[in-house]
Amino acid sequence: MKNRVSYTLDSTLVSVNHAESKAHEIAARAGFSEDDQYNIAMAVREAAVNAVLHGNSRDPAKKFFVAYETTHEALVITITDQGQGLDPALLPDPLSPENLMKGSGRGIFLIRAFMDEVKFRNAAPGTEITLIKHHSRKAASSKEETQ
Amino acid sequence: MTMKANNRQVNGVTIVDMSGRITLGEGSVVLRDSIKDLIGKGQKKILLNLGDVSYIDSSGIGELVSAFTSVRNQGGELKLLKLTKKVHDLLQITKLYTVFDIKDDETEAVRSFK
Repeated sequence: MKNRVSYTLDSTLVSVNHAESKAHEIAARAGFSEDDQYNIAMAVREAAVNAVLHGNSRDPAKKFFVAYETTHEALVITITDQGQGLDPALLPDPLSPENLMKGSGRGIFLIRAFMDEVKFRNAAPGTEITLIKHHSRKAASSKEETQ
Repeated sequence: MTMKANNRQVNGVTIVDMSGRITLGEGSVVLRDSIKDLIGKGQKKILLNLGDVSYIDSSGIGELVSAFTSVRNQGGELKLLKLTKKVHDLLQITKLYTVFDIKDDETEAVRSFK
């Protein structure tokens, strides 16, 4: 069974908070652990911040789109902005000595740390980032047993 | 939850008791303004008590790094006190855990300033 819900949001920090709290709520409902709920919500927050700040440059005329899809296997979240596009290969490594003490540049690193899979796609215009968190094997088998 | 920062003085060390979320927007601004204010007043021994900080995002981490650098550039020291597990984990995965001087006990932390 698949459930999907999506939102079109203004390029504001209020929308970022909305995307984050919705992620938390959906991850909880999908049966993820509290740690996973926290990590998923933070990954969504970071992706939404990128969409608002770097993608849409807070342009009030631009929106960003968040879709949450839950299946038995995973939670898949897609966030799309209307910006100029992003090449993830060009992102500096925040762990390298020259970047370690920088005040920014850790968002996508944290997203990758917290999610099982992260995919980027040029949405022309804009960037689509897909965040995937799989249910653990134990959680998945436990869910199957109760059905 | 609204970010709050209250200062108190203990043996020449300014302890900033922070609570709430240090995130892009209000929380980061509160931290930045607090540090700027302390530096402006010549305070060079700053202990950030994060015991009641429930959440930090990448902007908040960046703000902590900037605070650390700003204080150090003024010849001062900024240390962190009482990290929650989440904040502790975040500093570990971003390799900042070894950059900051992190304490669990306030008395020991105050005593550790030169």
